[in-house]
Amino acid sequence: MLVILARRLAQAGLVLLLVALISFAIFRFVGSPVENILGQEATVADRNELIERMGLDDPIPVQYARFVWKALNFDFGISYRTAEPVADLIASRLPATLELAFISALMALAAGILLGIFTAINRGGFLAGFVMTTSLIGVSLPTFLIGVLLIWLFSVELGWLPSFGRGETVKLGFWETGLLTASGLKSLILPAITLGLYQMTLIMRLVRSEMLEVLRQDFIKFARARGLPERMVYFRHALRNTLVPVTTVAGLQLGSIVAFAIITETVFQWPGVGLMFINAVYFVDIPVMSAYLLLVGTLFVLINLIVDLLYLAIDPRIRDRNLRGG
Amino acid sequence: MDRPDTSPPTMMQRILASDFVFDFTRAPLAMLAAAVVLFLFIIAILAPLVAPTNPFDPASLNLMNGFTPPMTPNMFTGQSFVMGADDQGRDLLSAIIYGLRVSLFVGVMSVLLAMGIGVSLGLVAGYVGGWLDNLIMRIADIQLTFPSILIAMLIFGVLRGIIPPDLRDEMAIFVLIAAIGLSEWVPFARTVRATTLVEKEKEYVQAARLIGLRRGQIMWRHILPNVIGPVLVIATITLALAIIAEATLSFLGVGAPPTEPSLGTLIRIGQDYLFSGEWWILAFPAVTLLALALSVNLLGDWLKDTLNPRLK
Repeated sequence: MLVILARRLAQAGLVLLLVALISFAIFRFVGSPVENILGQEATVADRNELIERMGLDDPIPVQYARFVWKALNFDFGISYRTAEPVADLIASRLPATLELAFISALMALAAGILLGIFTAINRGGFLAGFVMTTSLIGVSLPTFLIGVLLIWLFSVELGWLPSFGRGETVKLGFWETGLLTASGLKSLILPAITLGLYQMTLIMRLVRSEMLEVLRQDFIKFARARGLPERMVYFRHALRNTLVPVTTVAGLQLGSIVAFAIITETVFQWPGVGLMFINAVYFVDIPVMSAYLLLVGTLFVLINLIVDLLYLAIDPRIRDRNLRGG
Repeated sequence: MDRPDTSPPTMMQRILASDFVFDFTRAPLAMLAAAVVLFLFIIAILAPLVAPTNPFDPASLNLMNGFTPPMTPNMFTGQSFVMGADDQGRDLLSAIIYGLRVSLFVGVMSVLLAMGIGVSLGLVAGYVGGWLDNLIMRIADIQLTFPSILIAMLIFGVLRGIIPPDLRDEMAIFVLIAAIGLSEWVPFARTVRATTLVEKEKEYVQAARLIGLRRGQIMWRHILPNVIGPVLVIATITLALAIIAEATLSFLGVGAPPTEPSLGTLIRIGQDYLFSGEWWILAFPAVTLLALALSVNLLGDWLKDTLNPRLK
């Protein structure tokens, strides 16, 4: 077990260094940092002084090492556009994105599993068929269109829910939360649905097909023969055996939720890191782009690592195969 | 007495008698989807002939026509538009037809780019093998961990940074194609590699090697035609993804430039006017995009099922 753990950690570290290399390349070679900071009218003396100060005349590997070292200390340079340290920008916006992603993931998981069970049990029924067909349309709809349609229905026509922003927020130390005020919670509903809908359908379909598979097996017949109530059979016996693939997929989808948050945040003007990234792309704010890549890359590698290890912990067969292989 | 016709069937007859056509004529949903896709493609290609006005010609615009609702005469000019007019008095139907043109152009070109890269790398990885195979597939694995829309955004941003600011709008369409194409090559490469691994053990490949053909010739002339079937299925599915990716990027403002609006750009404009009740500026482009994406998706699904012998 320790061997596998060490090997996975080493792999993750390697991928992280690679992501950092791409980040560094973007930071160093896309556009000239000197021109971006000083503008075109700077004197040669000013330029040379800045090159000296930023260490841009050092060998490239040295610069890369310094980039990684600075990143480890949360120093991502200064935004070209707002002249603020990028780390501060991210720190002030990350809570908004994390809250949104977390709530949507939770909603997607809960609704996905429940609907999955429902459609599996009532296979062929009218309501289950309706849910399945609707989900197909839901998958084909682009995320941004779902958001716009929700705004149209619930904000414009019905006027029930706000269409942009986070509402009132409360500061808890460095964490600015919208989960404690009524307007904050109301603002969260539409973005969370928009973001979680695709993942919900994915989990629903997965749970459904896994349930159908499990329900055909002998131990379910046995459980029924023993006279267990249907509820027990479905939740205690069948659902449990579908949880391994569901954990994997749900875990991996957490990463895409963070990525798709870019779209949702733009539609709802949600002040998170995704909106920050899109603005950076638009204004070619290189340090922000490179820091965002680093942040998301780290997150993805971490999620993959955790899912891998969870998988190993849950399913002993994989553990054995891995040990024999190495 | 008539002698039975013994002449070999023509190309057209062979196509009409194939399983493929047989299955197609018995799948109403696929036929409907194909009809919609074909219709939209023809409209897009013939845009200058079909569209009532040229939305890019300033002479055809009249600001007084701004926000004219669909099918109602404007109260100042008396002009009427089937789908209404947008904020600048542009005929929305024409704008959609030209927008469709941009969307389809970007979609098709980026799929071709992704296909070119993916098929070449897949062939090389599968046939040559060794460290090259390892390198290519490792890159593919890492890229696959990230959602392709995120990669497309990053590539778009980086390319924008490299291009001088005054050329950014002019080059935007090509930057968009490169960004989406580079973000979608992995499925092509993986499939082609897997089929190539099987094909290269077959006798015709060994025969080709025996008569001394070069590696490149064997890969392109002999193996490629045998691995192209699944590639076409992936291309169809990728086309739907590329169209949605393009619309998403344009909607976010990091895609097609304002001078060449795509369907996504039109939806972005339409969103601004939802609150003032001008629903048509959003609704018609959105419905067009939806019809396009849904039809291509349905067609791809059907192709996948039909060409997969295991499902028969």
